[in-house]
Amino acid sequence: MSPVKETSAESPGELLDDLTPEQLAAQWEEEKPPAAGPLANAAASLVVLGVGIGAVILSIAMGLGTPDKPQPGLWPFIISCVMVVLGLFQLIAGRHNRDAEAFTRMSTAPLTGLVTLAAMVALMPLIGFELPALVLCVIWMRFLGGETWRSTLVVSAAVVIAFYAIFVLALNTSIPHLF
Amino acid sequence: MDFLNPVINGFAVVLEPTNLLYCLIGVVIGMLIGVLPGLGPAATIAILLPLTYNVEPVTAIIMLAGIFYGAQYGGTITSVLLRLPGEASSVVTVFDGYQMAKQGRAGTALGLASIGSFIGGTASIVGLTFLAPLVASFALDFGPPEYTALAMLGILLVATISSGSKAKALIAAALGLLLATVGRDIFTGESRFTFGSLPLADGIDFVPIAMGIFGLGEILYNLEERHRAAKAPSKVTNVWPSRRDLKQASGAIGRGSVLGFFLGILPGGGATIASVASYAMEKKRAKQPERFGKGAPEGVAGPETANNAAATSSFIPLLTLGIPANATMALMFGALLIQGVTPGPQLVEQNPELFWGVVNSMYIGNILLLIMSLPLVGIFVKILRVRAAILAPVTALITLLGAYTINNSMFDVTLVVVFGIVGYLMKKFGFEPGPLVLAFVLGELLESSMRRSLLVFGGDPLGFFGRPISATLLLVFVLVAVLPIIRGAISKRKSTAPTAVTPEIKEKV
Repeated sequence: MSPVKETSAESPGELLDDLTPEQLAAQWEEEKPPAAGPLANAAASLVVLGVGIGAVILSIAMGLGTPDKPQPGLWPFIISCVMVVLGLFQLIAGRHNRDAEAFTRMSTAPLTGLVTLAAMVALMPLIGFELPALVLCVIWMRFLGGETWRSTLVVSAAVVIAFYAIFVLALNTSIPHLF
Repeated sequence: MDFLNPVINGFAVVLEPTNLLYCLIGVVIGMLIGVLPGLGPAATIAILLPLTYNVEPVTAIIMLAGIFYGAQYGGTITSVLLRLPGEASSVVTVFDGYQMAKQGRAGTALGLASIGSFIGGTASIVGLTFLAPLVASFALDFGPPEYTALAMLGILLVATISSGSKAKALIAAALGLLLATVGRDIFTGESRFTFGSLPLADGIDFVPIAMGIFGLGEILYNLEERHRAAKAPSKVTNVWPSRRDLKQASGAIGRGSVLGFFLGILPGGGATIASVASYAMEKKRAKQPERFGKGAPEGVAGPETANNAAATSSFIPLLTLGIPANATMALMFGALLIQGVTPGPQLVEQNPELFWGVVNSMYIGNILLLIMSLPLVGIFVKILRVRAAILAPVTALITLLGAYTINNSMFDVTLVVVFGIVGYLMKKFGFEPGPLVLAFVLGELLESSMRRSLLVFGGDPLGFFGRPISATLLLVFVLVAVLPIIRGAISKRKSTAPTAVTPEIKEKV
């Protein structure tokens, strides 16, 4: 085999091979999830503002003192003031920023992932890590990753066995385990 | 010759079998995650922090450093072969690297990149060896006011140089500072923001924050599937560049080393910026700039050299001033703190084995990486076939179980998941996680130095301007903070001209 063939675009559908860097960058830009709207930006700013204001109130409650005799609240007070100012700025100036991503149908994947993680955290102390880990692997590979059932089951089992061997048998950690 | 003694002793530290082994483990992991799209070096280091608890500080940092600069080598492979940058710092390599691969010169591109990386990395270590002790001795006289100014400047620079919205990066930094205040006040002993929770009274540990925001946040974000399908090529042959290629690229390698070294030192600088700057410089200098984007060897060699040089030199501010220059260095800082070592100007004097051990391990690491990326590159190309769908649950499980092993407590695991949600939402809404973690790490230093300085100054904030170094640093701080606002106002006034479209590169952590 000649070295020329090694990476040449053999796969069909590689129509985009002759793009200039600018076109390539534009194409990457297109593949990104859609940008979030002004509402999402405002919501994010409001969360920042809320955290900032909450921290200001709590800081004042802790006592501010003076710069030469500061109470515990002074430093958090300064930071939270900065946060409030930045939050306000973001609320007004950042309404039409395009750097936030909208939640799409794809966002159910991280949500599902999160639920499995939370379930694992809840179940681990009760029934050990093996079964929750196995279920997590199966869900992530089969339903979130689109693997075939065969490879899902084989790899999931292998992963759990490997983790058992590393964390329980080899390192002898106190991770809750069933077996 | 006195100067060289600790340097040579450092080699003795590196050559201990344990350290050699961890160096090898580090660079192999770095190379792997560089090749695999998905997790970046910062996320990987965050996830693997629990591994460092039971080893010597020098061993831990040798491994973590290996992951960091190893990833710079590995990221090249996917850029060249698949047009998928494995790391943000290899994005510009795609432009010419992939074209070279299409012309059947994939091996040459990879070879040039590895040789450039090796030269850039090594030149940078030599620079580090001579520059770091100088900076450290200069900084020995720093008192609380200087540290206050330095920490503030460091956080501001990292926030403003990051790729996304600057206001959002600053908000992330403010949140990090706020999180750092949770727990007992160091001066009065009163509890702050603990809401009566006992585990929170000791403050939030750095590791769960880093593992959650960088590690789990990144994993969740990646689930929303952005791995573009790609077919891995079967094999790469002929990775040894010809003499003519080397000659053509040698200028780019030389310039990339110098440029990368200096950009790496600057706070907020680092591998990604260095590679972009080097590509721009090579294109500008070239006699036929139109060759760029069509397989110019300089377009691969320059950026790849620069990103490695920068990755290495970004250790300088951390090891000499105790100020991390970017998110990954913030993780190193955290890892050192866990080990009971506070990075700072005293490090060279008080902990020479650690300092020189880590620095010298980079020579070994770079040699190992050169071996892995020239003769052994085929193995790593095969690894490209591992699918993201299989990797994701494995990394998630490593994160959760690893978090448990820190203190054998489910509280830490819960924290990791909570911060994982925060990290995911931050990325989703365009808030960079880097400044948060950096500010969190520096938060305690900043607060305590500021309060100490104010005690010295009798509560007068103008006292900071009475000392030359802190005054200069604060002046720079003000300039950095105000300049973009002024520039923004000016450009808005004459914003009739269409803005140039620049490829935006998101720093992956």
